[in-house]
Amino acid sequence: MGEVNVKTLKQKDRTFWEQTYVTEFIKGLGVTMKHFFTNLSPNKEDRDTRTVEYPDEPRDYPDRYRGRHRLMVRDDGQVRCVACMCCSTICPADCIHIEAAEHDDPSIEKYPETFVIDQLRCIACGMCVEACPCDAIRMDSGVHVSAFEDREESFHDRETLMDLGGQSMAEQGGDHIPSPN
Amino acid sequence: MPNWLAIILFLLVVLGAATGVISGAVWSAGFLPAMPGWLIILLKIGIIVFGFVMLVASLMTLVGDRKQSAKIQNRIGPNRATFFGQSLGGLPHFIADGIKMLFKEDIVPNGAHRTFHMVAPALIFIPALLGFSVIPFMDEYCSTGAPMVTPNYPFELCPNGEWLNYFQVIDLNSGMLFAFAIASIEVYGATIAGWAANNKYSLLGGMRSAAQMISYEVSLGLSLAGLLLIWGTLDLNEMVRLQGKLFAGWIPLWGIVIQPVAFFLFFLVGMAETKRPPFDQPEGESEIVAGYFTEYSSMKFAVIQLAEYVATVFLATLTAVFFLGGWQVPFLFADGFHFGGIGAQPDIALPYAVVIAMRIVAMLFKVLVVVWLQFMMRWTYPSFRYDQVMTMGWKIVLPLSLANFFVTAFIVLII
Ligand code: SF4
Ligand code: SF4
Repeated sequence: MGEVNVKTLKQKDRTFWEQTYVTEFIKGLGVTMKHFFTNLSPNKEDRDTRTVEYPDEPRDYPDRYRGRHRLMVRDDGQVRCVACMCCSTICPADCIHIEAAEHDDPSIEKYPETFVIDQLRCIACGMCVEACPCDAIRMDSGVHVSAFEDREESFHDRETLMDLGGQSMAEQGGDHIPSPN
Repeated sequence: MPNWLAIILFLLVVLGAATGVISGAVWSAGFLPAMPGWLIILLKIGIIVFGFVMLVASLMTLVGDRKQSAKIQNRIGPNRATFFGQSLGGLPHFIADGIKMLFKEDIVPNGAHRTFHMVAPALIFIPALLGFSVIPFMDEYCSTGAPMVTPNYPFELCPNGEWLNYFQVIDLNSGMLFAFAIASIEVYGATIAGWAANNKYSLLGGMRSAAQMISYEVSLGLSLAGLLLIWGTLDLNEMVRLQGKLFAGWIPLWGIVIQPVAFFLFFLVGMAETKRPPFDQPEGESEIVAGYFTEYSSMKFAVIQLAEYVATVFLATLTAVFFLGGWQVPFLFADGFHFGGIGAQPDIALPYAVVIAMRIVAMLFKVLVVVWLQFMMRWTYPSFRYDQVMTMGWKIVLPLSLANFFVTAFIVLII
């Protein structure tokens, strides 16, 4: 039989006043009173409440929040996507539908004629963003997908996606680069 | 609807109601002397019961229970029910609650005693309201409108007139006995409600409430015995008047000043009597569902709930009357403020009507403060275990109130 190490913890004895509960009751009341009066303050900043009254007050999303997709644009306003199908291939929910068409510029080759994301199927995994070789699709719009009244509304087409789009810092492929000035 | 329009509309409604009440009061004040006695009594009952008790009790379901707890727990509380788009601090919720209760199905469980099941909520509710009939909300009214204050304070003169009892439903000279007798009848309602529902949980809750209320009633009365010795009267209005006396000209001799121990005991026992946490054993949410009203639904449930809130207001009112000077404002007498003892002329002279208004407001304010404090305690402390409740009632509070009684008796004997 091995030695069993027993550590005896000595419990702190209650003092007389603790035993009568009187002081402890008053202390407890003090705590709740503090909260009560802090939260009564007319100045919202001084209150302790963490509740965000969501639909009435906007909620700040974190920087890396995966919101609505957006399609980035080139500096001449065309869609940046080259219809390589990487995103629609990797999409686990299979919700990106792309129909490619030939681009006038031979150095760009393809562009998406149709680009539809079914937001009802999208699971917001962000894989499409990771897969895209030319920073054409992003989810950093900071806008959440709103509720739909109709299934049709959940199909975000190319124009809808481009409305949120901006220019990328990444290098832009193709010769179709207009001179900066 | 734009916000400002809703706010203006709400203000108009409130103002309209206020003008209605005030002009009604002024109108009836003009006719008061000409009115038959029963009409005056009906008026008093209406104003006290509907204008104060029911209003405070139903507001407490929202403001006390939900808003106050929310503030304590760093929440916001209900604010989704709106009045023309304005949440108004959640106030419309209590109206919404009432309407919801009215439309719910009223279920009587199989095997319940139908009559008792139906009567029990009323048996709880009616005594709770009846107690208010002896509460003085202001001193007696001097019919000529100019009472004379004598240096011998509780003794006041009403030259060429008589004292009229306008601010108390009945002027009983044994008001305190009546109040306690009525308060203890409530236990029948709770017990019958528990028994009639044919549910084991309800029965347990009913038994618990009977045991708890009866044990604490003993101390409730005994904690006040000291005050009775000192004041020598059972008349509630007389008690409040006696609390207007000044010690050394500056310290008002309120019940809390002359009997601090009794105040704490009474407050504690009062909380136990109202069956609110930390003494919520008859409801015992974690063990016996909702105790004696487990099987109640719809408006019957609402009435039982409301009765508990009314009981809270009643205990708060009694606390205010016995210990916090009732309608007394410190140093305020019928003709104005007298600082440092009652002189021939008041230091700040006030018209009689202003004094009356100040006194009524003081009374209501004290009641609300005590109610607020009870709710603070309710949201602060964890519930006692059932045996702890009983131990505390019989082994701590009862001996303490007896000791307080004996010490007071001894002192009264010496002085
Ligand atoms: S976020 Fe995920 S599910 Fe949504 S479109 Fe992109 S890859 Fe598909
Ligand atoms: S968005 Fe990116 S990954 Fe998807 S098709 Fe266009 S270029 Fe390829």
